[in-house]
Amino acid sequence: MKFAKKLMALSLAAVMAGSCLTACGDSSKSDEKGSEDTIVIGGSGPLTGGAAQYGVAVKNAAQLAVDEINEAGGVNGVKFKLVFEDDEADGGDKAVNAYNSLKDKGMQVMLGTVTTGSCLAIIDKTKSDNIFQLTPSASAQDVIKNDNTFQVCFTDPNQGKASADYIADNNIAKKIAIIYDSSDAYSSGIYNTFKTEAQEKGLDIVAEQSFTKDSKTDFSAQISAAKSAEAELIFLPIYYQEASLILAQCKSADFAPKFFGCDGLDGILSVDNFDKSLAEGVMLLTPFAADATDDDTQKFVKAYKEKYKDETPNQFAADAYDGVKIIAKLVEKESIKGNMKASEICDKLKKAISDGFSYDGLTGKGMTWSSEGAVSKNPKAVVIKDGNYASL
Amino acid sequence: MKKKISPMTRKSFVTYGLLLIVFIAVEIMMNTGNISSMLKGLLVPVCVYSILAVSLNLTVGILGELSLGQAGFMCIGAYSSAIFSNLVKDTITQPLIRFPLAIIIGGICAALFGILIGIPVLRLRGDYLAIVTLAFGEIIKNVFAALYIGYDSTGLHFSLKSQGDLGLGADGKMIINGALGISGTPNDSTFEIAAAILFITLIIAYNFVNSRTGRAVMSIRDNRIAAESVGINITKYKLITFGLTAFLAGVAGVLYSHNFYSLQASKFDYNMSILVLVFVVLGGIGSIRGSVIAAVVLTMLPEYLRSINNYRMLFYAVILIVMMICTSNATIRNFFVHNFEKLKGLIFKNKSKTVKEAE
Repeated sequence: MKFAKKLMALSLAAVMAGSCLTACGDSSKSDEKGSEDTIVIGGSGPLTGGAAQYGVAVKNAAQLAVDEINEAGGVNGVKFKLVFEDDEADGGDKAVNAYNSLKDKGMQVMLGTVTTGSCLAIIDKTKSDNIFQLTPSASAQDVIKNDNTFQVCFTDPNQGKASADYIADNNIAKKIAIIYDSSDAYSSGIYNTFKTEAQEKGLDIVAEQSFTKDSKTDFSAQISAAKSAEAELIFLPIYYQEASLILAQCKSADFAPKFFGCDGLDGILSVDNFDKSLAEGVMLLTPFAADATDDDTQKFVKAYKEKYKDETPNQFAADAYDGVKIIAKLVEKESIKGNMKASEICDKLKKAISDGFSYDGLTGKGMTWSSEGAVSKNPKAVVIKDGNYASL
Repeated sequence: MKKKISPMTRKSFVTYGLLLIVFIAVEIMMNTGNISSMLKGLLVPVCVYSILAVSLNLTVGILGELSLGQAGFMCIGAYSSAIFSNLVKDTITQPLIRFPLAIIIGGICAALFGILIGIPVLRLRGDYLAIVTLAFGEIIKNVFAALYIGYDSTGLHFSLKSQGDLGLGADGKMIINGALGISGTPNDSTFEIAAAILFITLIIAYNFVNSRTGRAVMSIRDNRIAAESVGINITKYKLITFGLTAFLAGVAGVLYSHNFYSLQASKFDYNMSILVLVFVVLGGIGSIRGSVIAAVVLTMLPEYLRSINNYRMLFYAVILIVMMICTSNATIRNFFVHNFEKLKGLIFKNKSKTVKEAE
């Protein structure tokens, strides 16, 4: 008797739970297809957590680009709408969850993700859903292994190679120490190619020091190893937060080599409570410098500052801005309408981007893409001078 | 009929029934296309976290020892099975054969390490055990993050330094690429398999608690000296529980690694262990059904809070604290229990009367 009662209570509860879930499921009805004159661009990146600066910069710049396009009347009358989700720069379920909720919001083209780890987690999902994916800043080689994924930024191997070439060709230093994050895909990716290329170019790597995600506050061991090896230059293929600590700790260790980094160092000047004079003379390889004098950059920086409380845009912002504009150009070229299916758009865009398409943007002139997905543009080195990024 | 079913058996069958009903409901939704992509993507992780919570509950709730190494065992299961699947994915193309093998391999590897680690570690008690298991979890994670494995025609190559040190031939392929982890693992995890494994996990857990071994383990928890004095081999029973926990955590790791295209060791940090412990504590230490419910609710919650954007993690934390207070404070709990009884009384008014009369 009692058992039967429990059973009834259970089934009632289940019906309730079921109806709850169905209510959640309703949003999928609008899947894939938008209205005739709007294309939904989905973006995914870290809006919270350690890498939030990148995600927020990408989100802001993408929104700026979308607003500009819409104010100008759209592309062939088609307007854009940006939806952005937080993936916390996670390489597992969080990235997939963010992607899935973007899909529920009717994403037709994907701008993302911002970080490499998250991107690796979803590329096979975008492939099987056949959604055109253009990542502003996920730089690992593996990111573009599928034919529907393209990059605005350089791939890691290119960055490591270009850094070594730049140091060797401009005779910046001969004895080099490397401090890298062995637990990070981006960092160890650059380290591997930098090392190979440096050896070929005859650079002398005197110290290779690594740290992991769990020990990224005290670098005294790594710094003293570099110091005792008499390194003239420390190569830092890492993100800006750790780099700011390394700079400060080098100062207190009375060690003043040259510093050279990749695009991860971009943003170092906006770290809270960071003494900007420490970063003086730091060189970094990045495709964008906010103080460049060309019209496009100045217009973008001005608009960005007006919209986001005097924040200076970094390279991630520039990549994202370019990304949206690239998508807009392609949409115009292929005269895509908002009511097309995501996979139909993908087929057209991926053919169009590698077929003689060229784009002049903030992060490079005459950018072209191979069908593999890698971008071809010239790397630029900038140096930090008087608390600002200046072209080298 | 009433007399024959023991309360414990009834409890377990209620849990099975609940799970079965939810499973059928989800299946119906999937087949009618009435499910959002997000919910669909959450199904396997929810099962994974439930299995983890149930298995940790065996150590924390039944054995009464605090272990923070759950993510480490999950990592071993995930990596060993992913290596296996990557090696054989060209030879065994049928996922229904490959995946069960991967599950068994992942589970056994994790259990082996669980027992190996358990031998020295389980001599400790309380906080010390927690600290040492935490350390072991971190060691496992960092070893995998520094590990490079590749294979070519001459066989497998290992290195702990860098990709270049492997000396792979031209036909070589990387399996584990250091911090970049493993990519290309076949996506064999489906909701059906994950739910089936969760079901099996529950059956194992309930039967373990109800068995001779389970009673011995609980007696160790309740009074170690008394248990020892009646001749219970403490080390043996502790190791059995620890090994079982590690085995199930390894299986959860297999499901996890075969659900994503890429896998990085950094995912299995102590935050993951603590997250699982939070599920166990919030679900009620020792309550297996509670662990599952807490795991399901707390995995889904942050995703459904996406609409409030940047504040969702704040909300998540607040909800956690409120839940913690509500479940631990006797007054509040009694209030809920009392009202629930009242509600039950209202709904089953007539029936409870007849039951009372019968008694």
